[in-house]
Amino acid sequence: MIHARNLPFVTTLAIFVIAYGLCILQFPNMLSTRVIGNLLTDNAFLGIAAVGMTFVILSGGIDLSVGSVIAFTSVFVAVLVGSFGVHPLTAFLAALVISTLFGCLMGAMIRYLMIPPFVVTLAGMFLARGAAYLVSTQSVPITHEFIDTMLGFYIRFPGGGRLTLLAMVMLIVFAVGIIVASRTRFGANVYAIGGNIQSAELMGVPVGATTIRIYALSGFLSGLAGIVYTLYTSSGYSLATVGVELDAIAAVVIGGTLLTGGVGLIAGTFIGILLQGLIQTYIVFDGTLSSWWTKIVIGILLFVFIVLQRTIIWYSDRRLAVRQLKEV
Amino acid sequence: MSAPHALLEARGIGKSFFGISALEDVDFTLQQGEIHALLGENGAGKSTLIKILTGVYRRDRGTIYLEGNEVSPDDVAAAQALGIGTVYQEVNLLENLTVAENLFLGRQPRRFGMIDRRTMRERSRTLLERYGLNIDVDALLSSYSVAFRQIIAIARAVDLSGKVLVLDEPTASLDANEVKGLFTVLRQLREDGVGIVIITHFLDQVYEIADRVTVLRNGRLVGSRAISELPRLDLISMMLGRELQHITRDHQAEPETIDDRGAPSIQFQNYGKKGSVAPFDLDIRPGEVVGIAGLLGSGRSETAFLLFGIDRADSGTATIDGQQVSIASPEAAIANRFGFCPEERKTDGIVGDLSVADNIVLALQAQRGWMRPISSAQKRELADSFIKSLDIRPADRERPIKFLSGGNQQKAILARWLVTEPRLLILDEPTRGIDIGAHAEILKMIERLCAEGMSLVVISSELEELTAVAHRVIVLSDRRHVAELSGRQLTTDGIIRAIAGTGETEAA
Ligand SMILES: Nc1ncnc2c1ncn2[C@@H]1O[C@H](COP(=O)(O)OP(=O)(O)OP(=O)(O)O)[C@@H](O)[C@H]1O
Ligand SMILES: [Mg+2]
Repeated sequence: MIHARNLPFVTTLAIFVIAYGLCILQFPNMLSTRVIGNLLTDNAFLGIAAVGMTFVILSGGIDLSVGSVIAFTSVFVAVLVGSFGVHPLTAFLAALVISTLFGCLMGAMIRYLMIPPFVVTLAGMFLARGAAYLVSTQSVPITHEFIDTMLGFYIRFPGGGRLTLLAMVMLIVFAVGIIVASRTRFGANVYAIGGNIQSAELMGVPVGATTIRIYALSGFLSGLAGIVYTLYTSSGYSLATVGVELDAIAAVVIGGTLLTGGVGLIAGTFIGILLQGLIQTYIVFDGTLSSWWTKIVIGILLFVFIVLQRTIIWYSDRRLAVRQLKEV
Repeated sequence: MSAPHALLEARGIGKSFFGISALEDVDFTLQQGEIHALLGENGAGKSTLIKILTGVYRRDRGTIYLEGNEVSPDDVAAAQALGIGTVYQEVNLLENLTVAENLFLGRQPRRFGMIDRRTMRERSRTLLERYGLNIDVDALLSSYSVAFRQIIAIARAVDLSGKVLVLDEPTASLDANEVKGLFTVLRQLREDGVGIVIITHFLDQVYEIADRVTVLRNGRLVGSRAISELPRLDLISMMLGRELQHITRDHQAEPETIDDRGAPSIQFQNYGKKGSVAPFDLDIRPGEVVGIAGLLGSGRSETAFLLFGIDRADSGTATIDGQQVSIASPEAAIANRFGFCPEERKTDGIVGDLSVADNIVLALQAQRGWMRPISSAQKRELADSFIKSLDIRPADRERPIKFLSGGNQQKAILARWLVTEPRLLILDEPTRGIDIGAHAEILKMIERLCAEGMSLVVISSELEELTAVAHRVIVLSDRRHVAELSGRQLTTDGIIRAIAGTGETEAA
């Protein structure tokens, strides 16, 4: 049975399948495992960040610091490994701890100082970006045996495609995210807070702890996305990934999650990411289109989806009214 | 202490909001296996006391003991962990979750650390069966009516209350049958030794179920008595601090023939909608109060929906002052100066962050159009006059309405419609959640407005209320208008007989 609340997800899925079908009709090569493997690898860092963003938006919040945290993490790791000779694993760990604590702090401010998430994470965005500049304003290249081994690790698909370690990390993050959202008490609490924070509180949801955990999770995943981004580009650069949070938000919304919170699926965000990747790939295949078309198409899609969600809400409200009458 | 401890005991509780005292030095004692009614006027501090006992508000002063041990729940979860389950006045469930998810939020059954949805579903079904509710527990909560939600909230609270169950106006949107079902469950819990606190404005229910009452007035404790030693009139004067003046219409003295009250100004002929209400005739004269009685599900609210254009009639005509009009939408109804105060106003009506005054003039402003704003002097004047006549407390028009007690919010919503001076006002359950003192005030007000020519349709499950205010009562059963009572026939017994006479099969 399809719940009205899952309708946007189903729609996105349908649009993706149709769009992919059309692409294949034009460029049969796009069906190859090579293309799929690249698509996953290219969007790995964005996908990881988008999972965190989905939790935040499900709870009725927003996290604007994502792109800056990714940039900070990448410079931080690159400088530690490149300039100080720290072992990459140690650097990763340090980066993850910092980004998670950073998320914790933002969550605590949102909850206990009662400042809106938009404001807190906007400040966080500037702070993290500034910190990245402090670490280095240059693009810092990074080479290390260990990193080469990591990048050399992949599973070969039939047909020549590769599932890289980076893509695997993203898929694992999505899988874990789906389970956490749908099968744990923490996940249920996220939906509850997004539905109505006062009611959730009166029902005994630990709103404070959950809010902090949500932003900590988003911070952690931004840090992880930063590490993946560093590996992907083999460098750290404080000017990179500006506005990635907006791409993540777009993927979340296109995936059917309501910006008002309480309704949505992690799996929807996955489709949202794939759809964005598909558009980019199409543009590459076409060869004549400017890459800005990606943005334009995403913009159009966003509009379509927001209108669609409105319509669905309007429609289900109406149906509800009718049903209530019948029931009484 | 060697004497057995009370189950829950509060001593010297004090609380103020923004320097205004809401509770002062209140004691409260709940015994094991006792049903304890907490009573008082709107704004007396009942909900505040409950919220302090269950960890929602922090108290300024006082101590709480559970089974003799001092406790201090910091939040609802802590209170739940102590075995205290609560249904707050603002029905606290989540519309974006399914029924089962609502029932088990925060205490989902788990297998290997994962929520076990199947068990959750099964347990939800068994849980609701106890209340005679056989519904799809996987459907979203938003697909169910207020009454169902209330039962679901109660079922949840009962299930997680090992020791103490607190219900703040649980029966406000339940019909007689559902109340009966709830009381059966409460009696069972009392047998099991659970202590139950219930807040209500229905004194009949207090006398039916409670063992003991505690009365608050203006944030202070008036007293606590065993119900068996407390005559109703004494209880009322404890609550109000004065005697209650009763309003009752003297039906004996009224003209037998209704035509004496002048020609009908609003007429509905053969008006109806398939599947909703069978076609009926209804003539309403200026200044007349028409009551509508019937069991829940008999078509009462549907009749109101038809009259106000929320549902479109598919047969019949509507005539106003001899002119045929079409009332196909609420907008059309408002244009004809109809007003409608629906039953669900408690959840939908208020705009929490706006002031009391803004909330009161909302409908009037909408009616005038946003291009012609109401001047602030006029707004002040209107707000003050209604705050006074409906006795909205605290009498502060600038206070955000969300800080008012539930009953006082409801009075403000009623004022919102009265302000528009409609020619026909339809009220669905106008006095639920309103204390008996204010109740009398509202009836007086209705009286006065009708004397000025407003017509009124009142839907109510409280038959005393109907017989007190209505000139005529239409009785519905099975979605048909089955009887019309006026003059001498208009008594509670008469209405009950009319309902029973035809609607035996209705109860299910
Ligand atoms: N959160 C709040 N902020 C400010 N004032 C409040 C708040 N909650 C309650 N009050 C005030 O405290 C007083 C007691 O309110 P409370 O809700 O306890 O009344 P009540 O007895 O439950 O009334 P009702 O029967 O109308 O529900 C009221 O004057 C109300 O305006
Ligand atoms: Mg109250």
